[in-house]
Parts: sequence; C-alpha cells; structure tokens
Amino acid sequence: MSENAKTAGEPALLVEDLWVEYPARRGVVKAVRGVSFELRRGETLALIGESGSGKTTLGLALVRLLPKAARIKQGRIMYYRNGTSQDVLALNAEQLRRFRWQECAMVFQGAQNALNPVLRIEAQFLDTARAHGMTDAKAVRERAIELLKMVQLDPQRVMHSFPHELSGGMRQRVLIALGLLLQPQVIILDEPTTALDILTQRSVIEVLRRLRTQLDFSLIFISHDLSLAAELADRVATVYAGAIVEIGSVYDIFERPRHPYTLALTRSVPTVTGEMHPLASIPGSPPDLINPPLGCAFHPRCPYATDQCRSQEPRLERVGDDQFAACWHWQEVKP
Amino acid sequence: MTVNATPIIELDRVSRVFEQRRRQVKAVDAVSLAVQEGEVVCLVGESGCGKTTTGKMIAGLIHPSGGEVRYAGKNIWAMSKDEFRRYRLAVQLIHQDPYASLNPAHTVYGIMSAPLLQHGIVANHKQARERVRDLLRTVDLTPPDDFLDKYPHQLSGGQRQRVSVARALTVSPKVIVADEAVSMVDVSIRVSLLNMLSRLKRDLGVTFIFITHDLAVAKHFAWEGRIAVMYLGRMIEIGRTPQIINHPQHPYTRALLSAIPEADPRITRTKERLQLRSLDIPSLLNIPSGCSFHPRCPLFEAGLCEVSVPPLADVGDGTRVACHVVARERAKEVVA
Ligand SMILES: Nc1ncnc2c1ncn2[C@@H]1O[C@H](COP(=O)(O)OP(=O)(O)OP(=O)(O)O)[C@@H](O)[C@H]1O
Ligand SMILES: Nc1ncnc2c1ncn2[C@@H]1O[C@H](COP(=O)(O)OP(=O)(O)O)[C@@H](O)[C@H]1O
Ligand code: SF4
Ligand code: SF4
Ligand SMILES: [Mg+2]
Ligand SMILES: [Mg+2]
Repeated sequence: MSENAKTAGEPALLVEDLWVEYPARRGVVKAVRGVSFELRRGETLALIGESGSGKTTLGLALVRLLPKAARIKQGRIMYYRNGTSQDVLALNAEQLRRFRWQECAMVFQGAQNALNPVLRIEAQFLDTARAHGMTDAKAVRERAIELLKMVQLDPQRVMHSFPHELSGGMRQRVLIALGLLLQPQVIILDEPTTALDILTQRSVIEVLRRLRTQLDFSLIFISHDLSLAAELADRVATVYAGAIVEIGSVYDIFERPRHPYTLALTRSVPTVTGEMHPLASIPGSPPDLINPPLGCAFHPRCPYATDQCRSQEPRLERVGDDQFAACWHWQEVKP
Repeated sequence: MTVNATPIIELDRVSRVFEQRRRQVKAVDAVSLAVQEGEVVCLVGESGCGKTTTGKMIAGLIHPSGGEVRYAGKNIWAMSKDEFRRYRLAVQLIHQDPYASLNPAHTVYGIMSAPLLQHGIVANHKQARERVRDLLRTVDLTPPDDFLDKYPHQLSGGQRQRVSVARALTVSPKVIVADEAVSMVDVSIRVSLLNMLSRLKRDLGVTFIFITHDLAVAKHFAWEGRIAVMYLGRMIEIGRTPQIINHPQHPYTRALLSAIPEADPRITRTKERLQLRSLDIPSLLNIPSGCSFHPRCPLFEAGLCEVSVPPLADVGDGTRVACHVVARERAKEVVA
C-alpha cells in the first residue's frame, strides 16, 4: 500500500517557504532556506543529504523542538487530520504538547542513548502516556506490549529491562514503539539506522517496513544514507545547503535524477550487488551555510554550471510527472 | 607477486586479551594472515569484532597476548632497537578518527614537518617545507600553500583525513594500515578520498591493510585484493574479493551481504535475505562455545557446531572458511 500512496487529496503536512537560522559567532547559519514540500497521507518520504545540510533542523522545526537559539524567519507549516487543519507555528504551549505525541512524533538522532537510564522500559511507556492524560495503566501496558511485538521485541523481556540492558538496535525499536504509543498520524525518524551494525540495521528496516503495512501513518525519515531511502521510501527529497533541490518518486530520484547533485550523489555510492562500475566523485567540499554561494548553492561543485547559475538561484520546477528539481539546466542532466 | 615470497606482514595465531571490569575480553582470537608486498587486504566485520585491535597489532602499537606478528619474516617484538625503529617507520597506521589523531595545537606544516625532521629525512626547515608541499599535492590538497598554516579545526573532515594520509607518507611507508579511513567523511567526498588512496596504492606500490565495516567500500577498494571477514575476534572467511562478494561461503558473510541495504531501489527491494535464527548479538564477555556464530546461524547443526571451534579450511578458489558444515559440503563435492 505504501508503494502507491495517494497523490490526490489532502496532505498530512504542508510546508511552505520555511527559513530557519542559528546565530553563530561568525555570522548567521542559514540551516533551512526556503523549504516547501507536502507529506502525503500514508506515504514514506525520505530526506537525504549530507551532514550539516539542515535535515535535522528541518525535522525539529516541524515539531517545534528547535533549540532556543534557533529562529524561524518565515514560512508556514500546516497539519491536516480528518478534514481539519492546524497552523503548527501558531500553536500555544498546551496545543503543542498534544501535537507532538498525538499528531506528530519525532524520534531523534542518536536517541538510542536518550532513553531515561534509570527507568525500566515499562515505566517509560507509562510516563509518556501519563504526561498525555492516559491514566489507565492497564490499557497502556497492553498497548505497549502490542507495539513491542510489532517491532519484533519480546515484551516479557524488554518491558522489565533498563535501557543499558538492551542493544542499540533494540533501543531504537523501543523508541519507534514509544513514538507510536499515542497513535500519531505523522512520525519523523532522524537517522534511525545510523551507528547501527548491518544486521541490526536490517532488523530496524524490516520493522519499519512491517509497521507501514500494519498501521496507518505517514513517515518522514532523515538520513545521510541513500540506501535506506532506496529501501523504504515512496518519495525522496534531496537536501543541499538547507534547501530541497530535488523531490520525486524513489525510482525517479535513483534512476532519472534531474538535479546534478542528486545525480552525483546517487552515482557516488558503491553497491555490493551487481557490476563493478566506476564511482562518480564530487569535487570541492560542502557549502558554508553562513555564506552560501551566490546563485545556485551547488555551482562551485557543479559540472553544468554557467554564469546564470552563479548569479540567480533556481527554484523547484516540474521536471517530470511527479518530480521537481531546482536547476537551470535540468534538461541537460542525463543519467 | 610471487606466492612464495616472504610476506611483508604476517600474523601467526595472534590474540589479544583486554581487561574489562576485571573480566577478560578476547578482542582478537588466534588470527593468522599473510600479506604480500603490494597487496591490498580488507579487514571487514561489524563493530567490536576486533578490526582496530588487529590493525594496531600489525602496526606494532599494541602487544599481542599470544602469537607472533612478523615484518619481512621477523618477529617484531624480538627485533633489535634499530630494526624495530625501521619497522615502525615502514608500517604506518591511519587512525579511525581524524579529529583525535591530529594535534589541534599544531599547524599542518608543524604536524608534517615533525617526523621529517625527527627522522632526519630532511636536513632543515627549508627542505621540510618543500617536502610537505609535495606531499600535500600527492593527497590533492592544492595549492599546498593554502593549507600549510592551517590548524586541524580549520579543515573539513575530508581535508583532515588527507592530512593524516600525507603525514603517514612523510616516512615513505611500505605498508599503510588504514582504519575506517573514509567512514567518517560524507558521501560526496568519500569517493575522491578512495580514489586518492587507490592512486597511492598504484603509483607508490604501498601495501594496504584497509579496515572498514562497509563491504561495498571494501569491494571497490580491494577488487584486485582480498577480503578477510571477522566475527567476535576470529577470522571466519578470507578470499579474493570477487569470490567473497559474489560467492560468499560462510553463513555469517552471506548474512551480512544479504542484509546490506543498497543504494538502488530495484536491487535492494528484490535481494534475497538470509534469515538468522536470533537477532541477539553475543557479548565478547560471553562468547558462545564452538563456532561463536552458532546461536544465530541458519545452518546450525546440534552436536557439531557448539562443540568445537571450526578451523579455517580451504574450500577452493582461494577461499578459506571457518565453518564445519560448509567445509563438509565442499569436501563431498570434491569427492563426488
Ligand atoms: N544549535 C546550533 N547552533 C548553531 N548552529 C547549529 C546548531 N544546530 C545546527 N547548526 C548548524 O546548522 C546547520 C544544519 O545542521 P543540522 O544538524 O540540521 O544538519 P544535518 O543535515 O542534520 O547534519 P548531521 O547529519 O550532521 O546531523 C549546520 O551548519 C550546523 O552546524
Ligand atoms: N584498550 C582497550 N581496553 C579494553 N577493551 C578494548 C580496548 N581496545 C579495544 N577493546 C575492546 O576490544 C573489542 C574489539 O575492539 P576493536 O578492535 O576496537 O574493534 P572494531 O574496530 O572492529 O570496532 C571491543 O569489545 C573493545 O571494546
Ligand atoms: S543551477 Fe546550475 S549550478 Fe545549480 S545545479 Fe543546476 S546547472 Fe548546476
Ligand atoms: S560451524 Fe555451524 S554454526 Fe558455525 S557457521 Fe558453520 S554451520 Fe553455522
Ligand atoms: Mg542530523
Ligand atoms: Mg574500529
């Protein structure tokens, strides 16, 4: 079902022209620069991009959990459920608290180490539920057991364990189960498999795949690992220098990328299966978000760059049925 | 490369035990490996399997608890002071973490000129500057004058890793042990770093022990070399790279290769997966008896696998595998 997420109808989340900045000693870090996208109902959207490209900041902004220093300069985040809409940036503290777990839950990067170390897993479920007004401990316990089973954990063993008694992959699955406790409609996972070993990664991937068919929610996951997107995503958005530079179906992005950065990125990752083919190398280094290059931020590294690229910033435009790229010369980009 | 030549590096049943909370942890258990000059060997395996510890023993940075490490046929821990000094220069380790390995208080020139001056490779600072410039060009840090006076924190991760490589090259090593040399850098700069290392291998004839947890990277870097797979401190399979990648024999190697997500949706969504019996990763404090993979292995045979440790056995095509069942099946094929 997730393979064919509906293209029509109301999205789960709509982001329009979002800008986020962090003040720093050297100047202002422009971590998110004019991001717009929709998250469709029931789909899995991957945000891929390299370290420092602004993915985590974008995720945190969606649930209003940015660090104090961060500023949302402009933009709109609309959340839809059952025909009603909410302006996320206008929610008050009480509304936000409810929004964060019951509508839109986020599992943070490196969160395997962020479970409360002195609480058994059962208590973590009960605490989270209580904070949201669910006081029926028996019902919470039942729901927790059901969720732990869904993420392929043995509830008997895990419920009474402390976090340090579980492996990294088990903790990651506990967090996913915890994120699902209040039946949110949207889940954001930040680097859910980073720092996990291959066999553990595989178990987390399979758990996510299974959950997508069992439960009804939309998923955004953030990763620097393209293969995770290839595994799980319906659609993929490439993030470069704080902006989405291309977005489209997972097959379009990997097989017919139209943005030179997406092309280079997808051609620079080796696979173990299949022929040996030369890997593309991307010259130069990632951009400085305090002084991003003028025009297209990718121009210093782009083989297609022209004078126009050095002075004018391209915007996302339609380049295929359901594919958008921000590049002046996308028509020349041939995979 | 002649097969009979004395290996430049040889591990002979090398082990290493660490003390951890008053308990003994066998990080490396009787690993043997012979590396010929000019060869590239990748050590692969999951976190904690003993790759770094093995690499450090090859570079003479830590003592083995048992077994011998030989350089050009000589036990390194029985060498004369002078021999040991020459060996230490000939075998250079590039550290897993480029942040930790470069002194933050020194400039690139300071970091690189120290070994040149200390070992009398150059006579004075003027010569040192020239040599450092050359080496920075070798690792594609150009123009070199832009980098000479920079401190490590002023460099990107990829540039720092290039400085680590350039520093290792100051003493013209014969062997480079590269520990996760490209793992900490971003995808977009990983390929140029890999290409640079491949060029060193080709142009300078350096022998590489390349440590990585990423089998796809191992495949690309060592296609003409060999891959050795480690699990819980033991080497469980070793062979030529195309064989290991395309025809893995050990159930663990097969599980790993089949589990790897691939950056191609059609490949990765249709790959056949080998199911394990258990997802639990055993602790080094409590290594399973017999074959240490037995609690997770889909081919497990009771009465055999948990009873004795399978030795590395030749199964043809230059591959050796530590598995009772695979060894038996291959032996049958030979007879048949
Ligand atoms: N608290 C902060 N204060 C100042 N700058 C910050 C802060 N958090 C992030 N940044 C900067 O914002 C930019 C984007 O950071 P972000 O963590 O969102 O990127 P990311 O793509 O998720 O990277 P990674 O994969 O490394 O976590 C970077 O330049 C980063 O240095
Ligand atoms: N100095 C040390 N003291 C105690 N334990 C160590 C030390 N170095 C490594 N170990 C342990 O040895 C095992 C193997 O480590 P290592 O060789 O670093 O593996 P890898 O590089 O494959 O992750 C790990 O369990 C690690 O904790
Ligand atoms: S706009 Fe120009 S510089 Fe930017 S990606 Fe397209 S061709 Fe390259
Ligand atoms: S020896 Fe037995 S348990 Fe070990 S890998 Fe072979 S079949 Fe599996
Ligand atoms: Mg991040
Ligand atoms: Mg290591």
